[in-house]
Amino acid sequence: MKKSQEPSAVIDIRALHTRYGKAVVHENVSLAVQPGEIFSLVGGSGCGKSTLLRAIIMLLQPVSGSIRVFGQEVIGLNDEKALPLRRRWGVMFERGALFSSLTVAENVAMVLHEHTQLSASLIDEVVALKIALTGLPADAGAKYPNELSGGMRKRAALARAIALDPELLFLDEPTAGLDPLSASGIDELVKSLRDVLGLTIMMVTHDLDLLWRTADRVAVLDKGHILGIGSMTELSQLDHPLVREYFYGPRGRAAREQAWKKK
Amino acid sequence: MTAKQFAQLEIETVTVSVPPTVNVRCAGVWTVQGIAPVEQRLAALASSDAGKWVIDGSAISALDTAGAWLLHRTMRAVEQRGARVRISGLRPEFNTLLQLIAARAATAEPAAPVKVGLLASIGQQAWSSLLGVSGMLAFIGESAIAFLRSLAQPHRIRWRPILHNLQTAGFEALPITGLLSFLMGVVIAYQGADQLQRFGANIFIADLVGLSMLRELSPLLTAIIVAGRSGSAYAAQIGTMKISEEIDALRTIGIGPQELLVQPKILALVIALPLLTVYADVAGVLGGMLMANSMLDISFSVFLDRLEDALSLSSFLTGIIKAPVFAVIIALVGCFQGFQVSGGADSVGRQTTVSVVQSIFLVIVADALFSVIFNWLDL
Repeated sequence: MKKSQEPSAVIDIRALHTRYGKAVVHENVSLAVQPGEIFSLVGGSGCGKSTLLRAIIMLLQPVSGSIRVFGQEVIGLNDEKALPLRRRWGVMFERGALFSSLTVAENVAMVLHEHTQLSASLIDEVVALKIALTGLPADAGAKYPNELSGGMRKRAALARAIALDPELLFLDEPTAGLDPLSASGIDELVKSLRDVLGLTIMMVTHDLDLLWRTADRVAVLDKGHILGIGSMTELSQLDHPLVREYFYGPRGRAAREQAWKKK
Repeated sequence: MTAKQFAQLEIETVTVSVPPTVNVRCAGVWTVQGIAPVEQRLAALASSDAGKWVIDGSAISALDTAGAWLLHRTMRAVEQRGARVRISGLRPEFNTLLQLIAARAATAEPAAPVKVGLLASIGQQAWSSLLGVSGMLAFIGESAIAFLRSLAQPHRIRWRPILHNLQTAGFEALPITGLLSFLMGVVIAYQGADQLQRFGANIFIADLVGLSMLRELSPLLTAIIVAGRSGSAYAAQIGTMKISEEIDALRTIGIGPQELLVQPKILALVIALPLLTVYADVAGVLGGMLMANSMLDISFSVFLDRLEDALSLSSFLTGIIKAPVFAVIIALVGCFQGFQVSGGADSVGRQTTVSVVQSIFLVIVADALFSVIFNWLDL
């Protein structure tokens, strides 16, 4: 396990406290994500995984603590200063959050038009490439989000998230609601993005298969605390009832066995 | 951004060799943010004539998919002109990326936009408005059947949503309806006072305000306010429910959306709108009365005496009878447009707008029809 106080960390969270109204979501959460790593947050529903993600991407203001992304403190950052940072990361939301009035291609192109000086024809080509990279058929680009199936919408959302070739990618439940085949396609995609583009990926997921196959390190959250951080193998040896239940429950066991078979 | 964060290009043409060779040295940051300066030059280069190309990528310090695509596209364009291209010196990880892009490029064609001709778009418009009309008729029919069914089984009428709608569409509309109607009374008295004074017919201000408010203005004004307040809310609510599949969920649970969503709204509005209209009558006359007092020195008691003579029960009823009809129009159009929503947030906005425009239009058309009918009946 790497120490969380390394200065080179892409994301460095220290002593974070967040709150929704009076409900405390996080208490004293600290973690660090290293460059080129696939880092995953897991935990039961309502444990604050997505809230943590929202705090990092500046959609939510924490009560206290520090979040550094690429060495820059994001808490209290104004929009103007946040823009260069926002260009360096891509976010894929749980339900896609594609703009429903634009086609898939326009959704991806919008980001490029907004943040680059490329010509319209090159943007169209880059958009088609991104759409192909996520495994969507070429004709998907001209479709509107509501004409796509759930799995295709996820891929389209991913295409938009990687439009600017970000160094850091946030994925919120990338495989939720997908059939096993599409989900394993996403596994491969996440891995190949990291390997080829050298991305750092932070994801929130419940998908044990995805975790075993892709995650380098995993943080288990429960009731606003981190129960443990480590590789899946390290975590599966952790002696905490909740963690054990998570890994040794019927679903956890099946996923683990499959992962070992592959190795 | 400093200059070193952009992509750079050095081109050197060797004409003495056969075939002529172009040496291209790429350097700098070939990323989506950095490639803009070299895009034009590469495009121009690809169209020049040369038999052999050597691209040296050893000085590229960063390459992402957009940069790799630009390289790949240039190389492909050159190859299509029959020239030979060799790329060398790329870092191994950049090479992998370039190969990945080349492999994916086969399937990456920008989708051609579908063009619709003028005639075809006129046809599509006409067809969709026809479908809209027939859909509206079907919806009216459905609502009527649902209404008859609940008359047969009165215990199935849902009182809670009716009361809730009475609260939101009726009670909560009281302040705005009252204020606007009061101002309308003030305006009419103000406009009329000047004219009446010229003929020395000051007292007839009570006839003017009373008749115009009771017969025409307060039913119309109230209906327009309610169409803007509640009709739009109905369309937006049902539309959003449709997008989030809540309507489908209702159907699978065995609750008809008509029964739960449409009927309570119609019934509540049929009750609320006449009441609001009466309230608007009072507020409007009050406004006129205050104005008559301050401009024409007609005391309240004189005004009210004259009002009693000027107004008959029929002038009150001809106003109030329209309100339930307007209510049905507003609720039906609002709900119908809500069900017409398909797709996303965009569609909710569009149908909400359509619901308000259509219901106000239909309310005014209905009002005109009422005038014609009342004229025939000599009311």
